Amino acid sequence: MAIELPPLPWDKNALAPHISAETIDYHYGKHHAAYVTKLNGMIKDDPAYTGKSVKEIMLAAPAGGLFNNAAQVWNHTFYWNSMAPNAGGAPSGPIADKINAAFGSFDNFKSQFSTAAAGHFGSGWAWLVLKDGKLEVVSTHDASNPLKEGLGTPLLTCDVWEHAYYVDYRNARPAYVEAWWSLVNWEWANARLAEA
Amino acid sequence: MKTYCALFGAVSLAVASHAFMVGSPLTGVSKAPASSSTVRMAVALPPLPFEDTALEPLISKRTLDIHHGKHHAKYVTVTNEMIKGTDLENASLEEIVKAAKGKNQGLFNNAAQVWNHNFYWNCIKANGGGKPTGKVAALIDRDLGGFEAFRKQFAADSNGNFGSGWTWLAMDGDKLKIVKTSNADLPLTQGMTPLLVIDVWEHAYYLDVQNVRAQYVDNFLDKLVNWDFVNANLA
Repeated sequence: MAIELPPLPWDKNALAPHISAETIDYHYGKHHAAYVTKLNGMIKDDPAYTGKSVKEIMLAAPAGGLFNNAAQVWNHTFYWNSMAPNAGGAPSGPIADKINAAFGSFDNFKSQFSTAAAGHFGSGWAWLVLKDGKLEVVSTHDASNPLKEGLGTPLLTCDVWEHAYYVDYRNARPAYVEAWWSLVNWEWANARLAEA
Repeated sequence: MKTYCALFGAVSLAVASHAFMVGSPLTGVSKAPASSSTVRMAVALPPLPFEDTALEPLISKRTLDIHHGKHHAKYVTVTNEMIKGTDLENASLEEIVKAAKGKNQGLFNNAAQVWNHNFYWNCIKANGGGKPTGKVAALIDRDLGGFEAFRKQFAADSNGNFGSGWTWLAMDGDKLKIVKTSNADLPLTQGMTPLLVIDVWEHAYYLDVQNVRAQYVDNFLDKLVNWDFVNANLA
């Protein structure tokens, strides 16, 4: 059974003006879709991986093309869910308390996460994770993610590959990161926290 | 008395503490007149060696304005900020890159990206690409199995360079090789002599071909490669 490209959790116009429908068309419709296609091509004749979930493949695959594609399928699905229309702003629910406990305040957390996202050199991802009961901000490179690296349970992510923001913000990654805060999906983060 | 010459630029800066003469005979490198004053030397942003519309429609003016005017320019600014007040502040770009490698990742990233982009602009030109002649053609035949094999491998290594990076043609000793690097890395610090590079960071092509890196790579190989510069690097 082939891996499927999951549907977006919202309409492609839903994140405008922060992230345009044009970006979604490329980012989801071309990049994410291509990772799915390539992954399926790589596993179709390999009994070690056929029938496994994306997460299972990603965790089992050694460094290289198979890992890159599987992880990028997983990362992008997590990313779409980390954002929502009519979301953003300060957190509520259990995660708000944990943010205050770990970072002192939401503003401190926002500053740390933004620095990690804007400052990551090259392609990669910024994450909020739960590690040993505490929240942390980490960044990972290229296709890597906190599950693969044992950095904790992912709660939120921001994609900082240039394709995530180039259409809308060109080189101005900090402006894209700022816009991400208008989209951050605290419901998703709280749900991930609850099952962690 | 020593002079500094901006890498690949027609700009020459006034006297500084190091001499270094690198560059293609094509772009011209000029020496500043000798003088007894020491002027603090900064890393400079070389101008593009072509008009910003020269590579249309393959690489648009829009891309060049941002790629050169924002990305490349920012690497220059940050490098200068980072070397200010340090013992590298009058060093040549190559010296800064080599000194920072393995010691100061932030400085290395910025300085190497200046070097890489300086090199890249000279690797492309209007009505370029296709089969080379001269020294590099002979080396391609001898070491890489001929032009078709080279083209296929270079394209594969450009398309398959995952994430942000650069794909190079370089001399490793007396052997011609295709080399992939990631992020800001360059074969210069591996003791190789770079001859040609393609920038495969997404910012190099996203405005023109979006996700279709393969189209950008084909355009580069078939219509843009400045083989004269490559041969000059072998001289």
